[in-house]
Amino acid sequence: MRHFPIIVIGGGHAGVEAACVAARMGLHVALVTMDATKIGAMSCNPAIGGLGKGHLVREVDAFDGLLGIAADAGAIHYRMLNRSKGSAVWGPRVQADRRLFGAAVRERVASEPTLEVIEGEVAGLRIEGGKVRGVSLADGMQLACDAAVLCTGTFLGGVLFRGEERFEGGRIAEGAAARLARQLRDASLPLARLKTGTPPRLDGRTIDWARLAVQPSDPDQWTMSPLSKERVNPQVFCAMTRTNSRVHEIIRANLSRSPLYSGAIDAQGPRYCPSIEDKIDRFGDRDGHQIFLEPEGLDTPLVYPNGISTSLPVDVQEAFLRAIEGLEQVRVAEPGYAVEYDHVDPRSLDRSLQMKDLEGLYCAGQINGTTGYEEAAAQGLVAGLHAACRIAGRDEPGLDRANSYMAVMVDDLTLHGVSEPYRMLTARAEYRLRLRANNASSRLTPLAIQAGCVSEARRRRFEAREEAREALQLALGRERSPSEMRTLGFAATDDAGRQPLGDWTRYPGIDLTRLAEVGLVPRETEHGLHSEVAEDLHYAPYVARHEAELRELRANEKIALRPDFPFHEVPGLSNEMVERLSRTRPQSLAQAGRVPGITPAALAALLVHARKHVAAA
Amino acid sequence: MAIIRISGPGSGRALNVLAGRLPNSRQASLRQIRDPQAGWLDEALVLWFPGPSSATGEDCAEIHCHGGRAVIRAIENSLAGLGLRQAEPGEFTRRAFLNGRMDLLEAEALGDMLSAETELQRAVLASSAKGHASNEVAHWREAVLSASAAVEQELDFSDDDQDGIAPTPGWCSDARRVAEEMAAWLAVPPAERLREGLRVVLAGPPNSGKSSLFNAILDEAAAIVSPIAGTTRDAIERPVAIGGVPFLLVDTAGLRDEGADEIERIGISRAGQELARADVVLWLGPEGEGPSGVIEVASMMDAAVWAPKGEGSLAVSAVTGEGLPELMSRLSAVGRDRLPKPGQVAVSRRQKQRLETARLQLLEAAEVEDLLIAGEALRQARHALDAMLGTVGTEDMLDSLFGRFCIGK
Repeated sequence: MRHFPIIVIGGGHAGVEAACVAARMGLHVALVTMDATKIGAMSCNPAIGGLGKGHLVREVDAFDGLLGIAADAGAIHYRMLNRSKGSAVWGPRVQADRRLFGAAVRERVASEPTLEVIEGEVAGLRIEGGKVRGVSLADGMQLACDAAVLCTGTFLGGVLFRGEERFEGGRIAEGAAARLARQLRDASLPLARLKTGTPPRLDGRTIDWARLAVQPSDPDQWTMSPLSKERVNPQVFCAMTRTNSRVHEIIRANLSRSPLYSGAIDAQGPRYCPSIEDKIDRFGDRDGHQIFLEPEGLDTPLVYPNGISTSLPVDVQEAFLRAIEGLEQVRVAEPGYAVEYDHVDPRSLDRSLQMKDLEGLYCAGQINGTTGYEEAAAQGLVAGLHAACRIAGRDEPGLDRANSYMAVMVDDLTLHGVSEPYRMLTARAEYRLRLRANNASSRLTPLAIQAGCVSEARRRRFEAREEAREALQLALGRERSPSEMRTLGFAATDDAGRQPLGDWTRYPGIDLTRLAEVGLVPRETEHGLHSEVAEDLHYAPYVARHEAELRELRANEKIALRPDFPFHEVPGLSNEMVERLSRTRPQSLAQAGRVPGITPAALAALLVHARKHVAAA
Repeated sequence: MAIIRISGPGSGRALNVLAGRLPNSRQASLRQIRDPQAGWLDEALVLWFPGPSSATGEDCAEIHCHGGRAVIRAIENSLAGLGLRQAEPGEFTRRAFLNGRMDLLEAEALGDMLSAETELQRAVLASSAKGHASNEVAHWREAVLSASAAVEQELDFSDDDQDGIAPTPGWCSDARRVAEEMAAWLAVPPAERLREGLRVVLAGPPNSGKSSLFNAILDEAAAIVSPIAGTTRDAIERPVAIGGVPFLLVDTAGLRDEGADEIERIGISRAGQELARADVVLWLGPEGEGPSGVIEVASMMDAAVWAPKGEGSLAVSAVTGEGLPELMSRLSAVGRDRLPKPGQVAVSRRQKQRLETARLQLLEAAEVEDLLIAGEALRQARHALDAMLGTVGTEDMLDSLFGRFCIGK
């Protein structure tokens, strides 16, 4: 039997990141997928990034992941969302050509010398002595492993719904992993159902583009990954249209034919990404809902109408689409559908995304109840990285809520669980002023280098940037008097007093560009460094207010709670708290504090008990 | 009579042993209290409150026995023999809080109420203990959550999907309104004032009769009175209740600019500090020469040379007691006016600090242009209110967000 330290099951966004990060760390990895040509497929909209999600792309990229570079390779439209707001919530997003994106992912997968792609359906996990020892494929092949990473997306027990129709599968015309789902259920893993949906795909040649407002690609030349030197593809535009009262009437008249309303689907869907029938039913007073028409690629006429995910029957989909401005003659290339799938209760996972009760089994991506390529990719990276660290005997990278969105997501998932598909939002990150998309590399690449998962090229690039930063910060730390500033042509009054150059940048008319022009700070040699440092300065007073909170957090993070911590023995915890804590099994006092419903007083009780336990042990 | 309360999982067993069997829940029964070794101890009313619907949230029992010390000690010894221990001060309240029977504000108010000594203290704290304060804070928290949701909606959804834009300019004025309501709370003296009493400082130049008046008010010789200028070198405090209002009476060193020795100078500087901390100043010096806002008192009306002060002033003799009843009733009137009134909420200094943080953050949120900073300020405000109530959560904010807006694609 062949043995791999790590076997990754599934070739989606989570699977490829998990497999590649472990391979980058030098481990032999098998990536098992039903169809190797579908590796890196985008199941839903052809966009990567967005609000909160753009942060995840940059963070994965900071660990030398695939997502950012593949997004640039496929990008045919760039848009920096939220540009009118503070930079911490800017959301880089691209529309990507599906074919180019997938090809870039497969190329990276193929280039990893220690990564082997194996085609086949995983029929079951081999579990011995409470540990995962290998997997068996449907064709009878047996593979042994030390760790398996489940990245099955919507394929685990997936069922598609469209009007009165039902299909088994994870995507249209692809089979579901039904046998694996059965085994996991039989092994009494905590599984539940969620649903999500996708809109119909349209033939762009039948859209009346001339009638619609367009949104061109951003003119400035930013890229998803700082390693991508430039934009490689021709840029196209997106267009916008709206639903109207006629459309709403058609949908309302057919609500009973939607599986969401007929009772066929009872799993919870995402509140922030409702189907069009949900929008119309729940927010009936609105006279229209925006639709973005996003091109699926350069050499395909397919268009993705963002905003009208639906599982209504095909005839209703066609009828309401043709009532929309610009779509009067539209041809539906592939109708929309809803998909209901199994997910694992993520509270059964620890912060490395490993099952607490099944050593060696990691779960990443939609199987954990999330939605989105970016969320999946980031979890794949976290799971693969931690599995590799464990097997190679390395220290885990110190990810926490104050240094990454990735950790915010994993923390939320493993402590709160999910009641709807989880999507990254900047609102979830309480320390978001320090977690910007444009400083992801500064925040995380040092951890990535320590873990040994970045290429030589990225490491050199990072070090050059750090050197430039040090020089810049040295210059900004030097004190300058008002008269010195005036001599150099800046408006400065004496009451400002002598102060570090960095503080001078708070005054109007003084910024890094001007300071570089007069030679007070080095000129920008590293792209984006000046704006990153300027934003650090801008938010510094607010970030400083976090310090006390963070000290407490990090102190509490160090107070470990054993996996078998007897919550029921802690005096003063209500039954409900005991139940929640016992189910979630937080690994530290800080984590316990983030379990919903746990009050500061309960934490104090836990702390006392944890201390007593340590003292007694 | 004495009441012995027992709380914790062993309560039922203890009551069983001492009273023979458990009475019906929440019904008083007359029982013979017997110790397994020592035998009959007393005849007493016993009550049984199974948790969680008891005062502490745990199983509770009460023994209403005779009040003689020997009886109480015998029952306590008997309970100790069963492995029970004396509760620490405030432990029942702490347990009630930990078991979710009351929140932090209620627990603090209850603690204050238990140590309340005057009728006014009790009446005000009773309203806090019944949760009036918590309701108000919870109400503010709701308002702040809504404001947060509006800001986060702008930050996380508006550009991604114009569809989501539900104009909510109202959050700024809501934040300002809540900040104003908080300011009204903050203007009320802290709850500690109720416990410690309103600070009444007697001040004036040396030999103006401060200590005599101090003693007359207290009706006890607490301060040394002598005709040598500068006898009172330090501030002396005494708690006193006047007309049901708690006061802390403070005698100070006489204020003079020259002729004071080192120790007296320190006393004078303390007196200055006392004046700054005072809620009420009784000014015994020349009219109009004291700090602003004082009550002018023409003291020593028994002396050979004496002149009354102007309108609104008081005249008093510490020797004859003349004018003292008027002084007392003026103090009690001022006290009732300045201290929290029954039905008004009194919060502790610690809670006031949190409230002040929340208020400042709300104002900042309403002022700043950068929505990110507004979001951060609102988060800090939420944090402060959560700390007041002892609750937590970002999820609440998201629920509020998703409940109100049609967002997302």
